[in-house]
Amino acid sequence: MSLYFRYLNIQLKSQLQYRASFLLLSIGQFFIPFMVFGGLYFMFERFGQLEGWSFFEVTLCFAVIHLSFSLSECFARGFDAFSSLVASGDFDRLLVRPRGTVVQVLGSKFEFTRIGRLLQSTIVLIWSIANLPQVWSFPKAITLFFMVFNGVMIFTGIFILAATFCFWTIQAIEIANVFTDGGREMAQYPLTIYEKWVTRFFTFIVPFGCVTYLPLMYLLDKEEGSWVTGMLVPFGGLLFLLPCLLVWRIGVRHYRSTGS
Amino acid sequence: MEKGIIQLTGIGKSFKVAERTAGLRQAAKALFVRKHRIVEALKDISFTVNEGEIVGYIGPNGAGKSTTIKVMSGILVPDGGTCSIMGYTPWKERTDYVRHIGVVFGQRSQLWWDVPVIDSFELLRDIYRIPDEMYRENLAVLTEMLALADLLGVPVRQLSLGQRMRCEIAASLLHSPKILFLDEPTIGLDAVSKLAVRSFIRRINQERGVTVILTTHDMSDIEALADRILMIGKGTLLYDGSLEELRSRFGTGRTITADYREYVGEPVDIPGATRLQWSTERAVYSFDTESVVLADVIAQLSGSVELLDISVDSKDIDEMIVQLYEEHQI
Repeated sequence: MSLYFRYLNIQLKSQLQYRASFLLLSIGQFFIPFMVFGGLYFMFERFGQLEGWSFFEVTLCFAVIHLSFSLSECFARGFDAFSSLVASGDFDRLLVRPRGTVVQVLGSKFEFTRIGRLLQSTIVLIWSIANLPQVWSFPKAITLFFMVFNGVMIFTGIFILAATFCFWTIQAIEIANVFTDGGREMAQYPLTIYEKWVTRFFTFIVPFGCVTYLPLMYLLDKEEGSWVTGMLVPFGGLLFLLPCLLVWRIGVRHYRSTGS
Repeated sequence: MEKGIIQLTGIGKSFKVAERTAGLRQAAKALFVRKHRIVEALKDISFTVNEGEIVGYIGPNGAGKSTTIKVMSGILVPDGGTCSIMGYTPWKERTDYVRHIGVVFGQRSQLWWDVPVIDSFELLRDIYRIPDEMYRENLAVLTEMLALADLLGVPVRQLSLGQRMRCEIAASLLHSPKILFLDEPTIGLDAVSKLAVRSFIRRINQERGVTVILTTHDMSDIEALADRILMIGKGTLLYDGSLEELRSRFGTGRTITADYREYVGEPVDIPGATRLQWSTERAVYSFDTESVVLADVIAQLSGSVELLDISVDSKDIDEMIVQLYEEHQI
């Protein structure tokens, strides 16, 4: 873990070498989700509510997903950009160092410009919470933290899966974006608005539902239930990460036997 | 015989390579049906390297040099055979094993591009968990030996290739490895940097007893450094021996160039030697030391002409290598 922060440190130093581009990219990242958010705002302006969900309830959902996404794009970017590491052969370099591959790949790249997106999501989060007094309690704050944390785990898991495919294809495969970008777009709304199979898919296969919809029911007092389930359900995200890491190991083993 | 620090026995490795044919139609077809070809990169490679040796590992492009280095450094798992390096099987105990080796890939950097060299070194200290004392000591020694003092504060991207290579080599030695793998360390370097790198490799080998495995296409590297040559071609080991042996095997041919005071007589014939050039002031002969003695050649020449200068050249190592390649048809 301390090594991870060492990597973080050196990468931050590197990125700050290019100050102008860092600032511009960050500002760009700040405005990108604004478009999406604008769409959300005008939709509510027109329809007032979405299947019983008020504007601020949906923006809370939006903020959780976008926070998770920007955090994982910043801190797990190494896996997201993994194809270049394989294509350039630099992955060999990681293998001759006496450390695990996961921490080294994570440390190979950080995308600090995501701070723009992070800032935007944080503003939306604060604005939502300020307008949702039923969320103001300590256990709910903790739950909210768990939601974001596990959301990061899910996105990281998907990045790792996508990266693993690079061992076979060398190039990054776009299909993974169906789950990262697509998953983000889907999960920024409460999952009840979709078809049943979509909801099931995003609850049991790629468990975005565990970090948004299900705990939100507890957070917003939409469903009677103990706070324990509300707090524990988000950990479905962490559970999702485990098989991803397993698949990663298989990928590394494949790489080391084929060298491609 | 003493047990070597590196022992490879019967290492084999084959790759499945997708066949590619030219043309758009073929490429489209390849999307669905792919023909594979098995390429045997290594066939039954066995050798032993003793502690403190400098071994030059040579062979034409695609002969299997890099594959061998990858197997020995724990990156690749071979299909068969055993490999024991310092008692470890590289691909099985990767993290424990790589602590004891240093690897320099001449064409790829291990330093972080945008930050000063010293930052890279410090990160490597943390990656290898080098004790502070040892790190400081090694850094001081390497800085002195490779004249890095002025480079440590400079971002890697601003270094010249020669400067960068010195830093790369220092980076691979910070954790005091027992074995150093150098994959084309002098590629693209100018003469001065090349010499600096070479003399440094000699020095750490002598002063610290580091065993060095070196791949290169530059035969002058081999000449300057290697006690021993391993030559690989088409995945098989073709030659294992000292440079002197190689010389005595192929290097019995000599050319002699003689300059003399103007001589207008008939060209001189020397039994056992072939006349390559003849003019009124200079002649060049080639001969084989196995069939005729140098002293006789000179004696016969000086009997006819008034010698001013004479020079004898043996076949250079590049030619010997080419001859060896030809002999094995690779």
